[in-house]
Amino acid sequence: MNLTMKPWVWAWAAAALVFSATLMLTSGRGASELAYAALSFGAFAAIVGMGQMLVITLGPGNVDLSIPATMTLAGTLALKIMGSEPGTAWLGLIVALAVGLAVGCANFALIWLLRLPPIIATLAASLVYQSVAIWSNRGLRVKPPEGLADFATGRMLGVPNVAWVAFALAVAVWVMLERAVWGRYLLAAGQNLRAARLAGVPVQAVRAAAYIAVAVFAALAGFLLSSFSGGAALNMGAEYLLMSIAVVVIGGTSIAGGNSNVPGVIGASLFMFLVVSMLNSYGAGAGVKSVLTGAIIIAIVIAASTRKTRS
Amino acid sequence: MLAKYRIILPVVSLAVLLAATFYMQPRAMSYFGLNLLFNLAVPIALATIAQMMIIMVNDIDLSLGAFVSLAACITATYLNDTPMLGLLILLALVASYALMGAVIHRLDLPAIVVTLGMSFVWGGLALFILPTPGGSAPGWIRTLMTVKPPLVPMAVVAAVLIAFVTHMLVIRSRLGTVLRGVGGNARSITRAGWNVTALKAMAYGLAGLFGVLAGMALVGLTTSADANIALRYTLLSIAGVILGGGEFTGGKVSPVGAVIGALTLTLAASFLSFLRLSPDWQIGAQGAILILVLTARLLFSRKGAAE
Repeated sequence: MNLTMKPWVWAWAAAALVFSATLMLTSGRGASELAYAALSFGAFAAIVGMGQMLVITLGPGNVDLSIPATMTLAGTLALKIMGSEPGTAWLGLIVALAVGLAVGCANFALIWLLRLPPIIATLAASLVYQSVAIWSNRGLRVKPPEGLADFATGRMLGVPNVAWVAFALAVAVWVMLERAVWGRYLLAAGQNLRAARLAGVPVQAVRAAAYIAVAVFAALAGFLLSSFSGGAALNMGAEYLLMSIAVVVIGGTSIAGGNSNVPGVIGASLFMFLVVSMLNSYGAGAGVKSVLTGAIIIAIVIAASTRKTRS
Repeated sequence: MLAKYRIILPVVSLAVLLAATFYMQPRAMSYFGLNLLFNLAVPIALATIAQMMIIMVNDIDLSLGAFVSLAACITATYLNDTPMLGLLILLALVASYALMGAVIHRLDLPAIVVTLGMSFVWGGLALFILPTPGGSAPGWIRTLMTVKPPLVPMAVVAAVLIAFVTHMLVIRSRLGTVLRGVGGNARSITRAGWNVTALKAMAYGLAGLFGVLAGMALVGLTTSADANIALRYTLLSIAGVILGGGEFTGGKVSPVGAVIGALTLTLAASFLSFLRLSPDWQIGAQGAILILVLTARLLFSRKGAAE
């Protein structure tokens, strides 16, 4: 298998192309600022994207639509409990991750015990999470503790800290998928649930783990994002719903399930942010920007599908 | 779920919710009260039918809310100022939906991703046409949406009419049967000599048509439009189809159920405002009602145990 056949190469190549196209316009100025912004915002998209990837790998019909509500709920609750007090960062992180765990368990309970289709179960449940977030937030904007805010916006070795977090998570997910038996189980369940069950794969445990993982990832992203942007907002997760699905598909993960691609998700996350900032620096209006973003997503999906049929 | 029981659940849920609403607020049991309760049901019912056309052929449309918003923006601007041009644009939108269906089938693309991409395109075009909320509804649509027929309010009459027309089209007509067949088993439809690409284009075209009608109806009620006016319709329409007894695969859909599902969703919002629930919990309670009604599906599902 040569390098050009790996699906993730295309996402990274596209990201690099857009990066240089943007720099061409500014004739090389602002390269490090652009890279910093792309790595920071790309990190949030990558974290939720990897979670969504695990769920999508489970096969057709599996998708988590509660990501925005989970991000908002985790962000607001964590910030409220920390109450801007210094030294509470770890407490906040634990609260956020606990929210993710609870949400994931609740989602899977609806899917498994009530046999609801995942799309509708996560959608209906997300309305409840959103209400809890509204109720607990009450329109207040609590600032994150200073140390945490410094961490979220800071950088190490020139790379934003949030990007390091996303990178560490990506390595963990990659190892789980490629080197651990759990990953094999996940892929097997996604390729043929029935065959996997008959082969002795604990399919319900695998599905539960995937739905819990996506919620925990979303909660982590919500926690980091609200620390990064100086407070939680009720609509802060809104754009990550479509974004999480888009980066999974652009990154070369099959929407039909049974096939994951961690490097692709990261490349696609960088790419999605860079496209928006390229269109910004070319001075495109909001309407034009949105149309072009959509056209690019579709073009990539078409390109990916024709490449598949040729090979 | 057996086909003939498919319709029972949506009817029962609507009846229970309606009874609860009347119990909470007896004055709603009048012409004026019903009109208020179901006022916004017409565009939601049309959007749900549009989503049903897509689900019927085993796909899902994540762009419907943005598409209805775009149709609303065009209705409030071009269709009002230059009716001929406006009509042409709306027809072009329907045609582009049909084209999208053909491309999705021809290139074997995942519908969920293509419609996701298209939602950015529709949303961008809507922003382009109406960067700030505005426009105004053409007089005839306004008249049509606010007409007061004798005995029952307009919204109820319209819902019955939509249910009847789409039932004849999807369940009773030859075309509808073949279209549902595409969702059931596309390969056998191909073997039977049908052109599945054309059929998918047809299903998507119908979805586009009902999406445009939903946008027009919405503007008739709100009298002006903005680019985000109907974004929540994407999720509402999916919920409506499933509440109405439809399933995501196998071409198992029910137009009458879908319309009833849309009415139930509209009523749930009105019911919650009667409960004097704190505004914080309004959305959450809608989610809870949705979960509750869908849980009732378990009682009707026979295959459940085999899973």
